[in-house]
Amino acid sequence: MTSLQMPKVEKSIISNKDKIVLDIGKITKKENILFHEDEVKPYETDALAAYRQAPLLVVLPETVSEVSSILKYCNENKIKVVPRGAGTGLSGGALPLEDCVLLAMGKFNKILELDYKNRCVVAQPCVTNLAITNAVKDKNFYYAPDPSSQIACSIGGNVAENSGGVHSLKYGATTNNLLGIEVVLMDGTVIRFGGKTMDSEGYDFLGLMTGSEGLLGVITEVTVKILKTPEVAKAALVGFSSIDDAGNCVSQIIAQGCIPAGMEIMDKALTKATNDFSKAGYPTDAEAMMIVEFDGTEHEVENYIKIIKKIAEKNNSSSLKISKSNEERLKFWAGRKAAFPACGVLAPDYMCMDGSIPRGKLAEVLKEITRLSKKYDLPVANAFHAGDGNLHPLIMFNANDPVSLRKTEEFGAEILKYCVKVGGALTGEHGVGIEKRELMCEAFNNTDIQQQLTIKIALDPNSLLNPGKVYPILRKCAEEGRVHVHGGKTKFPDIPRF
Amino acid sequence: MYMEEKQNSQIFQDFSQSIFKPKTVEEISSIIKECYKKNIPLEISCLKTKKKIGRNFQAEKTLDLSNYSGIIEYKPEELYIKVKAGTSLKEIISELDKHNQQFAFEPTDFGPLFSGSNNEGSIGGVVACNFAGPRRFKVGSVRDHLLGFQGINGKGEVIKSGGTVVKNVTGYDLSKILSGSFGTLTVLTEISVKVLPKPESNKTLVIDNPHLLKALDYLSLALSSSSDPSGGVFYPEYFRNYFTFNDLTVGGPITAIRIEGSSNSIDHRIKKLCKELEIQSNDISILEPEQSNIFWEKTRSLQVFSELKNNLLRIVVPPSESFEVLNKIKVYEPKYFIDWGGNLIWLQLDNINQKILREIKEIVKIASGYVTAIKIEENLKASIDVFTIDPIKYKLTEKIKKSFDPKRILNPGKMYSGI
Repeated sequence: MTSLQMPKVEKSIISNKDKIVLDIGKITKKENILFHEDEVKPYETDALAAYRQAPLLVVLPETVSEVSSILKYCNENKIKVVPRGAGTGLSGGALPLEDCVLLAMGKFNKILELDYKNRCVVAQPCVTNLAITNAVKDKNFYYAPDPSSQIACSIGGNVAENSGGVHSLKYGATTNNLLGIEVVLMDGTVIRFGGKTMDSEGYDFLGLMTGSEGLLGVITEVTVKILKTPEVAKAALVGFSSIDDAGNCVSQIIAQGCIPAGMEIMDKALTKATNDFSKAGYPTDAEAMMIVEFDGTEHEVENYIKIIKKIAEKNNSSSLKISKSNEERLKFWAGRKAAFPACGVLAPDYMCMDGSIPRGKLAEVLKEITRLSKKYDLPVANAFHAGDGNLHPLIMFNANDPVSLRKTEEFGAEILKYCVKVGGALTGEHGVGIEKRELMCEAFNNTDIQQQLTIKIALDPNSLLNPGKVYPILRKCAEEGRVHVHGGKTKFPDIPRF
Repeated sequence: MYMEEKQNSQIFQDFSQSIFKPKTVEEISSIIKECYKKNIPLEISCLKTKKKIGRNFQAEKTLDLSNYSGIIEYKPEELYIKVKAGTSLKEIISELDKHNQQFAFEPTDFGPLFSGSNNEGSIGGVVACNFAGPRRFKVGSVRDHLLGFQGINGKGEVIKSGGTVVKNVTGYDLSKILSGSFGTLTVLTEISVKVLPKPESNKTLVIDNPHLLKALDYLSLALSSSSDPSGGVFYPEYFRNYFTFNDLTVGGPITAIRIEGSSNSIDHRIKKLCKELEIQSNDISILEPEQSNIFWEKTRSLQVFSELKNNLLRIVVPPSESFEVLNKIKVYEPKYFIDWGGNLIWLQLDNINQKILREIKEIVKIASGYVTAIKIEENLKASIDVFTIDPIKYKLTEKIKKSFDPKRILNPGKMYSGI
């Protein structure tokens, strides 16, 4: 993998390891500190597995006051800290540094309160996303954001990355479903933003912390709002004979004033791979397939389905199938959510991109990706959260061939630059991390980046919390990064992605 | 380039004036740069509809953005509109109307309260104050609809964040920190806001019930129901005469729940909701779309407080606490109404002083909520805290302020003393 410059390693910290272990041993139980080579090895990467670096040591604190004391100690002794939730992040946000304390929040795994009166759940940060929905589903409630890794990803990590999911078109991303957090700052200050009220007075620190990728604070508690499960939800599978038709169909559905709960597109390669993988009943002969879901009352959903049928036909749909039961609807989604593992059969390695574009540019960007695929002579499979213009092209390559790897990185960077060029963004939901760090200057100029860095310095003057992430160290735009998976082996190969 | 220089030099020739009315981003930037250099505090102003909200503060000059207005780009099919910050909501909404779209967050209209007639002000002001209307609990606040911005920080630098697409996690989400910052961090210049299709239709279920506790119960059940309401209010009987509708057959206090969506689903959902709330058909009135629209327009624009002479507090609490909070505040003889399905209390107080306000703030704090003094008698304003902040958050607020506006020249003291 192309080398990426990381912050300067402090040799004095590394040589001081024994003392640091002793000191932190006074804050938390000794068994919560891992420092032998074979103990820290499992923590060397997150789901961006191409980048690996074992940390100096791993600490698994048990209480907020331990988190606070550890951060305070590290701040005073100028020791870098990298926070980590479930380690399912796709942009390398939890990649350790050689001289860092990896603060693994795994022991914060309890749901603290189910508050139906205020329609919210209070949870510790390492509770999984799906566990929240599971905890309230017997009362017909659910937590709306549903990243595809929801069975494993942590709610604290969702906050740090502002995770989305297939239903964020209608229900928003994490930031729109979050009521409050408790955070520990690098100097050890424990502070709460928001709570169970709607909005808060004063600066919106809750909004600032959400999606800050672990650079501003360590999340120790999360309060999310829960919603009542809709009366009916139905999904439609629509096949198209061209990807242009599928893209136009998406734009026209939105332009018509319909906001589906989710609207996804996959191209032929991925439709076939996911169907082989999860037997979802997809139209494998179609050039592109759309999954569109509507929820609400029976009347509403029927109404929407009529509209969809009409728009799909107008755009030359080749097939249309409506889910007949909730089981069938979930089966439709199961294939889509397994896109990552399913892709493993197509090539030894692939890189997943995460650009965001205006919906109306879908067909144009797809054409450009096809052109680039030919230019670089690398196959690509495409999955999109089409409703909100979030693309996930998967570039196939062979990592053992250095030329193939370099070409893939160039290809990926060209796609993201094109997304920015047509009015989109570098990352829709995976975060910048280290993966897209060097592309930040495609989206921002130096003044924009300096403004953001000033905020970082205001809260963490020594830049000790998750340094080297999000913002470029060098002031040049190198072309590197992207999710890289070798031989289908990600950190958690069975977990559905994005 | 020549034009730009000329414009800039023209501003500086007139730097003695006390009100600047720039027409370009370059002008705004150069004014702020000059103020930064000379340590001149600026009041950021536009249509002045929310000028009275916040602390009084001294500013040598005023930066009036009312001439920096206009729609830059409106893409109905992409569900966003990009406008200059000084554009009036009136202008934007009339444009959105043409495409049957809207700002789903329904900004609170303070016009009737402060000036006696409807006026929502400018989009810059709406974002800077972040006050969302009755649909808040369903669709989020103003900040949830801000996709991106361009603005000028306290050093006169042009900065931007976000964009026009809905999914964007590139860098810190500065749109959030600027929403509700009352112009103390950055002067917004360009704003991209998410727009949504207007619901096909709406009706309002009004329930005949005299008791606050029962009303809160109805609202809570409605908000927890899959009938998916988009408004929930309670008006005590003393506000009854503001709502005279043919469709309104029940008397006394008003508990009202709005249902929006496709026409054929609304009746079904109201029926379902009545069943869930266990109410009989003779205990209810249904406001048909036209009257329902008027009802919620009156709520959004605080009609019951139009030309209120006295004091108005905005109290946000977890809905489970609303009853207890109102019960404790009863001794101060307030008039109030409840919005956001039980999350928001608008409280009118004829008599207020520092002590009373402090006591009310304490009651609300215990209930994990917050109080904003929206309207306060001028003679009291200097001595009370409009907003409330604890020392740890103040320290952090100070740091953020400094990172955007190191010399404290943008609306200094508007939110807190020293910020």
